[in-house]
Amino acid sequence: MKKKETKLPETEEGTVLFNVPFPEDLSQLKKMSPIIIKWPYHIDYIHSYGQDSPFFAGLANKKIMGTKCPKCGYKYATPKFHCMYCGSECDWFELPLEGKIHTWTTCHFGSQEFLKETPFNLILVEFEGVDSLFLARLIGLSQDEVRIGMKVKAKFRRNSQFKPTDVYFVPAE
Amino acid sequence: MRDVYMVSGGVSKFTKARPDKTFQPMVKEAFDYAMNDVPHLTIDQIDGSVASYFSDHFQRQLMSGIMVQDYLGLCPKESKRVEGGGATGGLCFQTAWAEVASGRQDVCVAYGFETMSHVNTWKGNEFIALASDASYDYPVGGFYTGYYAMMVVRHMYEFGTTREQLAMVSVKNYQNAFHNPYAQKKMKIAVEDVLNAPIVAYPLGMLDICVMSDGAAVCILADEKMAAKLTDKPIKIASVGCGTDAMRMADRPHGEVILLPHESPDDYKGLKYPGVHSFRAGRMGAKLAYERAGITNPLEELDFVELHDAYTSSEIQTYEDLGLCKYGEGGQFIESGKPNLGGICPVNPSGGLLACGHPVGATGLMQAVFAFWQLQGTINKHFGNDKLQIQNAKRGLIHSHAGTGTYVTISILEKPF
Repeated sequence: MKKKETKLPETEEGTVLFNVPFPEDLSQLKKMSPIIIKWPYHIDYIHSYGQDSPFFAGLANKKIMGTKCPKCGYKYATPKFHCMYCGSECDWFELPLEGKIHTWTTCHFGSQEFLKETPFNLILVEFEGVDSLFLARLIGLSQDEVRIGMKVKAKFRRNSQFKPTDVYFVPAE
Repeated sequence: MRDVYMVSGGVSKFTKARPDKTFQPMVKEAFDYAMNDVPHLTIDQIDGSVASYFSDHFQRQLMSGIMVQDYLGLCPKESKRVEGGGATGGLCFQTAWAEVASGRQDVCVAYGFETMSHVNTWKGNEFIALASDASYDYPVGGFYTGYYAMMVVRHMYEFGTTREQLAMVSVKNYQNAFHNPYAQKKMKIAVEDVLNAPIVAYPLGMLDICVMSDGAAVCILADEKMAAKLTDKPIKIASVGCGTDAMRMADRPHGEVILLPHESPDDYKGLKYPGVHSFRAGRMGAKLAYERAGITNPLEELDFVELHDAYTSSEIQTYEDLGLCKYGEGGQFIESGKPNLGGICPVNPSGGLLACGHPVGATGLMQAVFAFWQLQGTINKHFGNDKLQIQNAKRGLIHSHAGTGTYVTISILEKPF
């Protein structure tokens, strides 16, 4: 039998408080409970994709762009502008829109930003003839249906957000 | 280079939240414990320190290191912070080793801490996930448990590893932690409990994953001359090794296994390495540490291992990286009982991260302190019972690991007396 939950979740609601009791006897101060305050923090970063910008421009135009080393021939499914193996500057090339699941998981929990999207599938995609892999979401299959080796095809958001999630994958068959 | 010894250590009990103290007095708890264990050591004799903490986000405080340095009374001595994700503690330990080995310092204090309770668990997971490529990985659904889940799914596919085998790791580590007064979580659990716990990211459930913690740990290292003055039970740091791998899992190569002395290429015909199923950084760090300590058969020559079991899966993968068994045999290794207390090479006799907690910057140093007490034979003194004392332990290994296997440090500790 499943154990009953007997604990309320902790939240960040709290109460606005403008004063607390203070002892007359100062020796009591070391026994005081800690004062814990809520301290919000919000930042808008100005994040440049720099040399990787063509990848995001590609997604907006329904293309997945990888990079290829002109010297040693290594092909990156997730762009690297300089080759990790020989240091040469790489060239852009278009990846196929079909690949296979190299590995996967289904996330039932997640970071706060993605918690509302759970459960979701993450996959690493392998493309024929390409050396490295590509991380993406897999849509349309539940945890008990996903298998390594399954063929998947790319789909793109119509309105690009200029994020790697502008492309996602669905079963190819 | 000079020989380096660990002469003392201290740990603040790891716990879910320490609202009673800010981080500086929390580190002081561990520091005072360590100082009290070597009563001849004075603050004057300390030459410098290395600070270890992972994330500035948790406290919204930059330069926390210097705030510890002044609180401990160590100003104006030399100091620096090191940072490398989950391996921060291990890197700190090895940096302090280098300070002494190089002759720059005779006594160096390594202190580490993290206060993860300042945000909720899911915000904490967000901060941790920012230790993945913020352009390509984080926005897809940044979540470390998800990353490690993908790695072990591939491990299961390549080698037939099972969820039951993962669960056995959790059962073992919780069983050990039951006798460790420093452990954050004390529970008696069975394989079924681990399998039936809510799934976080398939196949990893709630009991396959370590929790977030507040805590601090301190190690004091010294050269041979000072070590002899300070304690009759110094523990020698026989060697240190460190390896690295690409931040993005997608970038990991599919090449040849880095071999240890007791392995041959025939063992791994057709295996593409490391892919996402193994940690090349762990293997590289082990190879370097073994070469420098003259170890050729780790399972025979190590009396215990304290390794970074942030996930049950990473403990199984790490058995293989460390060469305690061959690649692919990690699942059978836990089934064999070899890593159990009383087995040929107990792994995480302290209970590991799963049960002791993982206040990131303190974790690698906590492992060093537990290993130090094991080799000194002083577990009874520090734990109040000797249930976890490994009799006649002469040599132990500590392993600190940054996600998803990017930095891994391995240090070998030996009993010279």
